[in-house]
Amino acid sequence: MMLSRTADSLFWIARYVERAENIARIVQVGHRMSSMALSLGNPGNEWHSTLIAAGCEPGFFAKHEEATAANVVDYLVRDRDNPSSILACIETARRNGRAVRTALTVDMWNALNETWLQARDIAPEKLSPAQVGTFLEWIKERSQVFAGAYTNTMLRNDAHAFVQLGTHTERADNTARILDVKYHVLLPQHENVGGALDYAHWQAILRSVSALRAYHWVFNDRLKPWLIAELLILRQEMPRSLVSCTGQITRSLDFLSESYGGRRGECHRMAGDLHARLRYGRVQDVFQTGLHEFLTDFVERMAALGEEIDAFYLR
Amino acid sequence: MTTTPFDEMTGPEGLRPQYRLVREWLDGSAPELLNLKRREAELLFRRVGITFAVYTEGGDPERLIPFDIIPRMLDQAEWSFLSRGLEQRVRALNLFLRDVYHDRDIFRAGKVPEKLILGNESYRPEMQGFAPAADVYTHIAGIDIVRVGPEEFFVLEDNCRTPSGVSYMLENREAMMQLFPELFARHRIAPVAHYPEELLETLKSVAPRNCPGEPTVVVMTPGSYNSAYYEHSFLADEMGVELVEGRDLFIQNGVVHMRTTEGPRRVDVIYRRVDDDFLDPEAFRADSALGTPGLFQSYRNGNVTLANAIGTGIADDKSVYPYVPDMIRFYLGEEPLLKNVPTHLCNDPSELSYVLDNLDKLVVKETRGSGGYGMLVGPASTAEQRAEFAAKLKATPEDYIAQPTLALSTCPTYVDSGVAPRHVDLRPFVLYGKEIRIVPGGLTRVALREGSLVVNSSQGGGTKDTWVLEA
Repeated sequence: MMLSRTADSLFWIARYVERAENIARIVQVGHRMSSMALSLGNPGNEWHSTLIAAGCEPGFFAKHEEATAANVVDYLVRDRDNPSSILACIETARRNGRAVRTALTVDMWNALNETWLQARDIAPEKLSPAQVGTFLEWIKERSQVFAGAYTNTMLRNDAHAFVQLGTHTERADNTARILDVKYHVLLPQHENVGGALDYAHWQAILRSVSALRAYHWVFNDRLKPWLIAELLILRQEMPRSLVSCTGQITRSLDFLSESYGGRRGECHRMAGDLHARLRYGRVQDVFQTGLHEFLTDFVERMAALGEEIDAFYLR
Repeated sequence: MTTTPFDEMTGPEGLRPQYRLVREWLDGSAPELLNLKRREAELLFRRVGITFAVYTEGGDPERLIPFDIIPRMLDQAEWSFLSRGLEQRVRALNLFLRDVYHDRDIFRAGKVPEKLILGNESYRPEMQGFAPAADVYTHIAGIDIVRVGPEEFFVLEDNCRTPSGVSYMLENREAMMQLFPELFARHRIAPVAHYPEELLETLKSVAPRNCPGEPTVVVMTPGSYNSAYYEHSFLADEMGVELVEGRDLFIQNGVVHMRTTEGPRRVDVIYRRVDDDFLDPEAFRADSALGTPGLFQSYRNGNVTLANAIGTGIADDKSVYPYVPDMIRFYLGEEPLLKNVPTHLCNDPSELSYVLDNLDKLVVKETRGSGGYGMLVGPASTAEQRAEFAAKLKATPEDYIAQPTLALSTCPTYVDSGVAPRHVDLRPFVLYGKEIRIVPGGLTRVALREGSLVVNSSQGGGTKDTWVLEA
């Protein structure tokens, strides 16, 4: 048993740490895609699609006219008006951590606090492109330090389950969004599907979720969109795939239900349903629905699940 | 009043026995070693201190309260005298609170002026006729004590609302045990680490009468931006209870519940570190976002215990302080063991003129002030400061009291120039449930600046561990 507010903070600490990492990954994809396009002499709408993938499109255009590299990177990395910017995520995660300090292990707190202290020292001016690269790598590292801290030091109790729930809820949402980037990036007129640029885009996506090598291990084949979709959606062994995430979510929710004397709610049903669809789904069905439509539907279902978890445990 | 202050290590007759251990230790330690330990202590505290400091965000980077490595010593006889005096005083304060909120015998007896209490801003008419569980009002009291001689202790101030500082007492001991394990091995020093258990027992013992089974206790904090938040979370953690904010609680069928991941859970005893005014927007300040609507009604109906009770401020107000010895005589029929500092209430015209004539000898305090602010230490003041205070005194005399400047006792303290005497006070914590419990010792505060009499941390004060030697 714990205070709902404490559980809520644990859940959101994990979500915001994961989100900071994911935004870093998304910005890295943006960089790769746009620099490839530039080198092929075809500057496109890569930064716009990056904003869509980050879920930050409306907020951005309320503030900026044009999705230039500098504007988008600044908005996603540094801008405190954007609640999902990396720096805002770090602040929110730490603020939640501070409010439930005693529910964290010392290592978890140190991970959060250290990230926050160092990030606070970052100059208020825009970061230079070289600095951005280093910073994004550092953010990914810090997120992994936090994950390592909670994995290695937390008691396996309800608090741990809420942290895991936060991590995987955020991660599922993110993998779906990154995969959907491809839908939004327009290929220039004379570029073919399956051509060099298309191929490079898929490569960037895999790389952003640390799955390029995994792809080759699993399929031993050149990059094919349906295999990439299979890897990131349906493969249990791929830790950032949708099915892995929903599997973890289901397990965490089941664990909570068991610890709390079998109490179950709509969130348990929804999570089980979502997981079963992926577990027994086939990639041809995904493509029959349309990859973009499938992913959009998934993101909506995840949002609804998040609301049910909130209503059942966190309020 | 003596002019040379009483030194607790080297009294008028030379080394006092309770300090033999400290003397030997200081003599047997090379200055470099002490210096090393002092730096070690600083490191240790910086680490703990980071947790203190983390909570002061922004500008002021960290207000670490300096810690002195030389313990303050009390022997059994001293402590047993103090603890009897403390128990007596806290019993009388509780009986006073019960009386004011019920029969008001003390007003009829002419021992305390009715107007002074009923007109006080911390008097709560809503508490009239209400009997808290076991008739206890001040479950946790902090009584500030100063000393001027081997046998002479004075109470400087009573704290009956939400006294803080106990976490320093516990952290100081923890630090000393890490730094000087050999001293603890060689001497019998009364432990303090069980304070959180004693606190929990105290709180459980005053659960509401209708509490079903084992009482659920929580600590209620204004939130992580409060300056004492570290202490709130520390105590909740040490007691193994939930640390709640007002928004975590709600009233269902007249009973307080907290929102948990397993659904609503009944709460029986709230150790609240939220001021009266902010506890319940329905009963007190409507703009309070820190409280729980309906909490007071539930309390009045006897469905939950608040520790401390509401409206205890009338017992520790500086203008009420002069009457405490009479309370002890009136309620207990005993002579007070701990003395009061003679106090002039400036509200009285003849007292006021005495105070104005003797500003250079007196300490003047605001009745509502705390933390060492709004205070004039006559002998250390400039003519300008005295003129400024004289003007204030004439304008609102009721806001001020004056006391003679006491030659506070000194204790050896490690300062930049080496070991030197510095003035100290003591805040023991008195727990009052079904019975009274006092953990031996308390928080010793020390004025680190040479000659300074102000021990408050906001004014350059530090803390020491307090050792009560067991027989």
